[in-house]
Amino acid sequence: MLVEDPDLVARLRAGDQVAFAAVVRGWSPAMLRVARAHVRTDATAEEIVQEAWMGVLRALPGFEGRAMLRTWVFRILVNTARRRGRLDARTHVELEGPTVDPDRFRGEDDPYPGHWRDDAAPTAWEPESALLAAEFRAVLGRALAQLPERQRAVVELRDVHGLEPSEVCELLELTLGNQRVLLHRGRARLREALAEAMP
Amino acid sequence: MTPRDIACNELVELLTEYLEGTLPPDEVAAIDEHLRGCDGCQAYLDQLRATIGLLGSAPVATLSEQAYEELLAAFGRDAGPDTYTQS
Repeated sequence: MLVEDPDLVARLRAGDQVAFAAVVRGWSPAMLRVARAHVRTDATAEEIVQEAWMGVLRALPGFEGRAMLRTWVFRILVNTARRRGRLDARTHVELEGPTVDPDRFRGEDDPYPGHWRDDAAPTAWEPESALLAAEFRAVLGRALAQLPERQRAVVELRDVHGLEPSEVCELLELTLGNQRVLLHRGRARLREALAEAMP
Repeated sequence: MTPRDIACNELVELLTEYLEGTLPPDEVAAIDEHLRGCDGCQAYLDQLRATIGLLGSAPVATLSEQAYEELLAAFGRDAGPDTYTQS
């Protein structure tokens, strides 16, 4: 629910509960993920998101509509989160190490160094219907929950919630390059988790 | 100019940039050329795309129902046709 209804602000100002419920349900999951990147528990993240929405309600009369509503709401969220916690400030993103086990590739002395070993090359997964099976959704859900926090935040905001790279960078205080590395490492782990679960 | 030879273990680390469209054209050409002849890497890329596709509908944390109710109640309490309209 990221495309903004042009009448949204007007509807909210008019007290339209349906519109408010829609933005709260639509935007809260992404807001929770951003909040969670600042604090240690899911419970604190929920408190932050609730507090942010209350802040939105208080400030809505003064919202001049110069920014998109969503941008403004997320700014309130980030300010609220910063009062309660802080982002992982490491500028060094886990750059070291390949995302695929080096043992799966031929060694430097091989005629084809760096190429997949015959017995370790990926093979095509089952057609889409298998991937839609509940079992694989569960595997993905678990793997997502096990990612290091910053990888999880980037993957979720980009691939689940569809935020733009620049938005994710702003919300999580990352450079585009670091954002891309986190996305890469997170996606690679998730692919691996799914591959291991394949029959 | 023929695209450079690229090994599988290097290619797999470039795929996020490849999918983002942030690689220079000659790197894209090198990857495309390699994919044409390497089933393993093509499968890996397909799996990555499938993973991203599946993520589009992954379960994520939501606000508790109680939190939603409280927020809707706060909106309902404070809202009226004129509450949020500047006079």
